[in-house]
Amino acid sequence: MSNLIEGATGQWEVVIGLEVHAQVTSQAKLFSGAATAFGAEANSQVSLVDAGMPGMLPVINEVAIEQAVRSGLGLNAKINTYSVFDRKNYFYADLPQGYQISQYLQPIVGEGVVTVNLEDGSSRDIGVERLHLEQDAGKSIHDRHPTKTYIDLNRSGVALMEIVSKPDMRSAEEAGAYVRKVRAILRYLGTCDGNMEEGSMRADVNVSVRHPGDDLGTRAEIKNVNSIRFMQQAIHYETTRQIDILEDGGTIAQETRLFDAQTGTTRPMRSKEEAHDYRYFPDPDLLPLEFSDEFVEAIRATLPELPDDKKQRYMADLGLSEHDAQVLLAERDIALFFEAVATGRDAKVAANWVQGDFFALLGRAELDVADSPISGDQLGGLIDLITDGTISGKIAKDVLEMMFESGQDAGVIVEEKGLKQVSDTGALEGEIDKVIAANGDKVAEFQGGKVKVLGWFVGQIMQATKGKANPQMVNQLVREKLKP
Amino acid sequence: MADLTEIGIAEARDLLAKGEISSVDLTAAHSAATAAAQPLNAMVTETPELAKEMAAASDARRSQADGGEVGALEGIPLAIKDLFCTNGILTTAGSHILDGFKPAYESTITDKLWNAGAVMLGKTNLDEFAMGSSNETSYHGPVNNPWRVKGDDRNLVPGGSSGGSAAAVAGRFAMGATATDTGGSIRQPAAFTGTVGCKPTYGRCSRWGVVAFASSLDQAGPITRSVRDNAIMLGAMAGYDPKDSTSSQHDVPDFEAALTGDVRGLKIGVPKEYVLDGMPGEIEALWQQGIGWLKDAGAEIVDISLPHTKYALPAYYIIAPAEASSNLARYDGVRFGLRVEGKDLTEMYENTRAAGFGAEVRRRVLIGTYVLSAGYYDAYYLKAQKVRRLITQDFRDAYETVDAILTPSAPSAAFAIGEKSDDPISMYLNDVFTVPANLAGHPGISVPAGLSKEGLPLGLQVLAPAFDEETMYRIAGVLEAAAGFTAEPEKWWRSGS
Amino acid sequence: MSVDKATVARIAHLARIGVGEDELEPLASELSGILNWIEQLNEVDTDAVPPMASVHDEALRWRADVINDGGKQADVVANAPDGDQNNDGAFFTVPKVIE
Ligand SMILES: [Mg+2]
Ligand SMILES: [Zn+2]
Repeated sequence: MSNLIEGATGQWEVVIGLEVHAQVTSQAKLFSGAATAFGAEANSQVSLVDAGMPGMLPVINEVAIEQAVRSGLGLNAKINTYSVFDRKNYFYADLPQGYQISQYLQPIVGEGVVTVNLEDGSSRDIGVERLHLEQDAGKSIHDRHPTKTYIDLNRSGVALMEIVSKPDMRSAEEAGAYVRKVRAILRYLGTCDGNMEEGSMRADVNVSVRHPGDDLGTRAEIKNVNSIRFMQQAIHYETTRQIDILEDGGTIAQETRLFDAQTGTTRPMRSKEEAHDYRYFPDPDLLPLEFSDEFVEAIRATLPELPDDKKQRYMADLGLSEHDAQVLLAERDIALFFEAVATGRDAKVAANWVQGDFFALLGRAELDVADSPISGDQLGGLIDLITDGTISGKIAKDVLEMMFESGQDAGVIVEEKGLKQVSDTGALEGEIDKVIAANGDKVAEFQGGKVKVLGWFVGQIMQATKGKANPQMVNQLVREKLKP
Repeated sequence: MADLTEIGIAEARDLLAKGEISSVDLTAAHSAATAAAQPLNAMVTETPELAKEMAAASDARRSQADGGEVGALEGIPLAIKDLFCTNGILTTAGSHILDGFKPAYESTITDKLWNAGAVMLGKTNLDEFAMGSSNETSYHGPVNNPWRVKGDDRNLVPGGSSGGSAAAVAGRFAMGATATDTGGSIRQPAAFTGTVGCKPTYGRCSRWGVVAFASSLDQAGPITRSVRDNAIMLGAMAGYDPKDSTSSQHDVPDFEAALTGDVRGLKIGVPKEYVLDGMPGEIEALWQQGIGWLKDAGAEIVDISLPHTKYALPAYYIIAPAEASSNLARYDGVRFGLRVEGKDLTEMYENTRAAGFGAEVRRRVLIGTYVLSAGYYDAYYLKAQKVRRLITQDFRDAYETVDAILTPSAPSAAFAIGEKSDDPISMYLNDVFTVPANLAGHPGISVPAGLSKEGLPLGLQVLAPAFDEETMYRIAGVLEAAAGFTAEPEKWWRSGS
Repeated sequence: MSVDKATVARIAHLARIGVGEDELEPLASELSGILNWIEQLNEVDTDAVPPMASVHDEALRWRADVINDGGKQADVVANAPDGDQNNDGAFFTVPKVIE
């Protein structure tokens, strides 16, 4: 698929690189014992370290280190057993120390690769440049006072993993697929909850355009985009803006821009107008971060099965189509649900039920899989009832709705509502005899060679039994009785 | 009972233990002496009421213990350099920018001192953010050295940056004082005031709650009247602190027990690079005197070379300002201290920091910003870090053959206020003998060893390998005994009071 | 290396210290003097010498992931020179920032 854009001066290619900031899943902050939970009262989750008080010192959280290594392994990346924390110096209202502790020349994780899956079924490898640990800043609130900005430091010092991609993406779709894939991997690993609305994942988007084959163009960096849709809108807007400027004979300014969700446009960020000189140097309050290969291997041993491996297994071992595999593993919670349904059962049947009726019910209730009122085991139980002939597939759909409403097991509902299939030959024969007796003309048609009429008879009997009759059995009995 | 301000910590400890004096009386005597010493401007904040309470509590603990175990500094009144954060008590770092700052926390070191039973007399004056060698950069004004040239009533500097702490101990109004040493800020003022000042090994004393100047160099230590007092006080200050990532887990030995008086067989290095052009003859003579004393005591003197000594000061004046430029970024008018409004955030920062920082701090922040800035990092900062390794290696090589090193503490005696304040580089040269140990992280101590021909105290410095303060103290004790330094400044500041 | 007025103005702005126009010249000569003195380091051959950031040779210690701090809003904002401690919570404040 070509991503090239037709312009007045020829074809253009957009080049995208992403810096994803992912909040490390941890109880406490990177360098202090204050909590990381979202939504607390202003400045209530702030230690004196996070507030940059005089004489306060950082001490590193071991879980942040483990999570970074874990994430690096999940991104197929090189783990650096020696890394260095640096200070990135700049003044900002919500940066209490006047510097951010980050990693500059020697990050904890080096190069890796993420395979993204595109709409048309193809996949592409996107390079990861590095992953480093750093502190988050606090929050500036601009709309509470006419002349003042309010500062809440609850986020100050929260551990972030900054995952920097190579400039390998060539369309908004690829960028979206990349973020989705990175988010899925981190969620599988349990290292970031990926919740973009709460700010636990956000992206700085570097966009430039060029004629194919040219050197990289000057890029604009769009800061802190907090949804995949916004990111894609921003890329589209930026692509057009840059092509327009260049085709008008202008030049692109290397600048930091902000995305405005109201208008779908980007604009230069006033507070970042001046050129930066961050004066990075090793943080003298911290020593280099070192760990052993054994530490890395111990983490590797606990890695869960990740999306790419799952895909292989779903296709090769479970016989799913690539599409079904892709849908079912895109989110860790869905995959876990599906696997609970499929265990010990026909995987394709399980896949159909999950993607069909179950997703429809979730969608109607606007729920995520994690909040589903029934478990995968329960849905599996429903499928078992179909398999052993207790209920028909058609009744099962109704049963699933009832399960969704009540959270009850399928067996309980079938029992209580009397939905078991009638497979008792005596009871069925009575019904069949009645229908045959009342429809002599149809009997004649059948016996005259119109085999299709058989289906009409079966339908009548199913109707009479309110769907509870075992259709195979009805079919067989009717056929026998109609024999001349 | 004799004047309680004339006894040392060790002696007071024994008298307190025997019940011959109380902490309340001891503290009252020192609080009164502190109040009477206002002409020295050694204190930023005096806390006589708190001192009284703490002393009474100490006496109560002692009677509770009923002859049993009490803290190592039980009942001993101390002064605290105003760089240590003290809970609820004004902490200024000698700067206008910390205007009104009362921390809601207590530094690890002061916390340990109070746990050891010590009593706080108040907070001592210092060079602003500990940047200076004469205590003239303090926002609270210069500290006057208790010592004067005989027959001359000009005020002299006490050295810096721990000038207030050194003056308080020399002037006999604190039994001991906390101090900090980034490039000589304990040892040089100790030398200028006839007191004992020790900078322990980097990592010995927690930096948590101490206002940072240059994090990779800053180290707290005690200033006292005697080597024994110093060992006692360091014992109470030192120790691992999980809140400081650079704090060491080395065991803290009994420093006082190291004072055996026996240096026989120890090899003492004398570095040839410490002989400076134009160094006053009396400094050279004092050094020779020290060499003689140690020889007489049975030590072996070894000529050594520390080839990169000359480059320690310039390397220091890159590394320390670089770290300081970053450490002082938090003084921005937002969360504490001074704030000078402006039309926008940037102007508020610039106004606040222009008004809040004095000339020397501004100078160093600008130098530090420059040497870290794009295009200059490699030429300055990285270069200095490489030289730092060479200087450290010089010491390691030397300690392959010697147990300790003997040098002068400072290249001159105390000078007059204003004498060097116009020339930053000549001021920086004050620390020529002390800075190398900061770069290497090694311990050093200044011991009063004699008087200049003008009657001002001069000090000798003993340097030792990392975490070998015991050898350092042992040698310092022998020097102290040999020197028999008993001179005291006349208490001119009390006249007329 | 000697620094000129423009360089002093640039680094003063990086350091967010307001410096008056009349102070730039004297500061430039003062800083140049110090930098010239510092540059004697160029006499030292350091080609094969790795930089040394810390003298501390123990390994960096790691803390357990435990919440044992925070919940001290009053202490955090107690020294704020300007702030809003209304019932919406306690904030620091700065002159309004336009992003
Ligand atoms: Mg970035
Ligand atoms: Zn970042």
